[in-house]
Amino acid sequence: MAKTETFQIRTEEAPLLPAPVSTTGLIGWMRQNLFSSISNTVLTVIGVIIAYWIIAPFIQFAFIDAIWTGDDRKACLPPEGSEGEHMGACWAYVEAYFPQFIYGRYPTDEIWRVNIVYALFALLLVPLAMPSMPLKKLNSILFLGVFPIVAFVLLTGGNISISSYTWIFVALIAAVGVAIAAILMVAGGRDFNGVKPVLIGFVGTAVVLAIILGFVSANLGLSTVDTPVWGGLLVTLVIAVTGIVASLPLGIALALGRRSTMPIVRLVSVIFIEFWRGVPLITVLFMSSVMLPLFLPEGVTFDKLLRVLIGVTLFSAAYMAEVVRGGLQAIPKGQYEGAMALGLRFWPMMYLIILPQALKLVIPGIVNTFIGLFKDTTLVLIVGMFDLLGQIQSSFTDPTWSTPTQGHTGYLFAAIVFFVFCFGMSRYSIFMERRLHTGHKR
Amino acid sequence: MSKKILPLVLGAAMGVAATTAASATTLEDVKAKGFIQCGVSQGLPGFSNPDAQGNWTGLDVDLCRAMAAAVFGDASAVKFTPLSAKERFTALQSGEVDVLSRNTTWTMSRDTQLGLNFAGVNYYDGQGFMVRKDLGVTSALELSGASVCTNTGTTTELNVADYFRANNMPYEIVAFEKADEVVAAYDAGRCDVYTTDASGLYAQRLKLTNPGDHMVLSEIISKEPLGPVVRQGDDEWFNIAKWTLNAMINAEELGVSSANVDDMKSSDNPSVKRLLGVEGAYGEGIGLSNDWAYNVVKNVGNYEESFNANVGPDTPLGISRGVNALWSDGGFLYAPPVR
Repeated sequence: MAKTETFQIRTEEAPLLPAPVSTTGLIGWMRQNLFSSISNTVLTVIGVIIAYWIIAPFIQFAFIDAIWTGDDRKACLPPEGSEGEHMGACWAYVEAYFPQFIYGRYPTDEIWRVNIVYALFALLLVPLAMPSMPLKKLNSILFLGVFPIVAFVLLTGGNISISSYTWIFVALIAAVGVAIAAILMVAGGRDFNGVKPVLIGFVGTAVVLAIILGFVSANLGLSTVDTPVWGGLLVTLVIAVTGIVASLPLGIALALGRRSTMPIVRLVSVIFIEFWRGVPLITVLFMSSVMLPLFLPEGVTFDKLLRVLIGVTLFSAAYMAEVVRGGLQAIPKGQYEGAMALGLRFWPMMYLIILPQALKLVIPGIVNTFIGLFKDTTLVLIVGMFDLLGQIQSSFTDPTWSTPTQGHTGYLFAAIVFFVFCFGMSRYSIFMERRLHTGHKR
Repeated sequence: MSKKILPLVLGAAMGVAATTAASATTLEDVKAKGFIQCGVSQGLPGFSNPDAQGNWTGLDVDLCRAMAAAVFGDASAVKFTPLSAKERFTALQSGEVDVLSRNTTWTMSRDTQLGLNFAGVNYYDGQGFMVRKDLGVTSALELSGASVCTNTGTTTELNVADYFRANNMPYEIVAFEKADEVVAAYDAGRCDVYTTDASGLYAQRLKLTNPGDHMVLSEIISKEPLGPVVRQGDDEWFNIAKWTLNAMINAEELGVSSANVDDMKSSDNPSVKRLLGVEGAYGEGIGLSNDWAYNVVKNVGNYEESFNANVGPDTPLGISRGVNALWSDGGFLYAPPVR
């Protein structure tokens, strides 16, 4: 009997069906990450409710109910008879005060000088921070060497009277250099090439000092702007940048000093670090502004901003030293021994082998200290200086703008500005960590 | 590293060198540098607060500007140093400021133990109470059992305790660290009464949701005479501060204002003539020119003008003259005559 069998031979591949809806796209992602089990579902729901509680009123306050334009407090007052349930941020007040938040009470006609400093700062910092940009060496010299002096002259107006003793002192440095060179040549029997480094060291320092002094004392036609009228973001940045730039090298030096085998160096470093870590920053600022004038003879004053800068720098240098020391301790002994076996002396060993590894390890700690320092600048308010937060708080006392929401708006603005700077630093440090990651990451 | 800080250090060293030379009398110092360094608050509405343009305004600020007008004939020859409450006296003692015009209460210990002199009173303040109008209270003596919002650790808190105990009234303190928190708590209804210095009550009232629903009670439970302070031992400068304030008060009493001061120069009133330096040589007695008071009134105004421009009824603060009216209007202001 004949049996007919039919065969079905598939000549083409079955069409690929899309994955089940429940495992792809938004729904799949949500099922996998948010609703994978009962407990996770509960947590998700609670999380969403909490987020809604926090975010919705915030958006309501900062955007929906906010008042964007106005000339005085009347614009931001709640409508007559209402209980104030729909009071939003008074951005009109921030707008009116914006120049003061950025420049403090810097004279309006001279604000271009601050703008130039801001622009130069950005122009020099951005290429320095981008690894792909060329001319790193020139850039660092400009940023760390030239910029501070230019900024100093632009911001203060320069034209500082310098006593003749200072000039004599500078000349003396050069003279000492020449004298040492001469003694070495005559008595030490060295030739000119042998004393060249000494000459360059001393005379070069003297020349650089003379140029700096000449520049800051030159009358460039800029009117003098005293530091008490500086304020707002300007003061925040001056303190933070000076503190950051000065505390890192100082901290590295202290960390090396603390690990040094020379007892006096070690003792001095330990005492310095423990002293500055042992006192609160507020105490340091108070000492510098309240106690110091009592020790000085009557009539002798000494710029308050400078006192604060020195205090903040020494304070953060002590913290930086401990962070860097942590990095130094993490470097295996073999690295030191290997460097010494190559015949490197102390500084080349540190500069070429140890510090690059140690600093890379402690980038998070260093940036942590930087961010802490940036936020600590707000403490200068207690010594009568107006940083960004201080300037905002001082604007609360202007009756022209006092409204129920003035405080909230001002603090919100401060939070936004501080967040932008601190978050920026934090992201940059992560970028640097990834870039410098060369296989040590665990 | 040190490159950043070096120029600043050098600058400071030069600054120190430059200022050591000066240790003559305050007036000579002030004349030599060309301006008065005036210590003000870090911001007290109507007394010394910066406006949106960054200029200092206020009753205390006007006094410094008046002193500059008296010395230089130019009310802008003054620089302001904002000082915290804690550092104000040190700043004056150390010569960082020439005069402290910072809503400072004149007390015996401050006057006698700190090496300072109070040159007068430019505002009679005192602790007061603010309540909601719908509470139906008209006197502080009806506040029995009330909860009172105030700042922690200030004399304000102690004054309240004294007052309520003296009047045998139970009360409950709700204290906060910062003025902003206190006013927010009061606005949210966490307490019935808000107490601080009366001038502060008016300023904080602006931060309430409905300022019109609140009133300041008339009782004042403490004496806070606020005035300018100078260093002890320099009587010439002390006199200038004292008489600048007196000139402003006298000018109001004699009806001399910045608007009519030029016309008043030809007034027949001998008191006006003496004040404006048309007759006599009273300016010489305080080491200034004889038109010192004319300059004060011309450039800054009399006390009434200053009061009305900074804290008066037409400003957001809306403080009435009350005890700060002239003695002839039932207030406390009474300046010795110029003669």
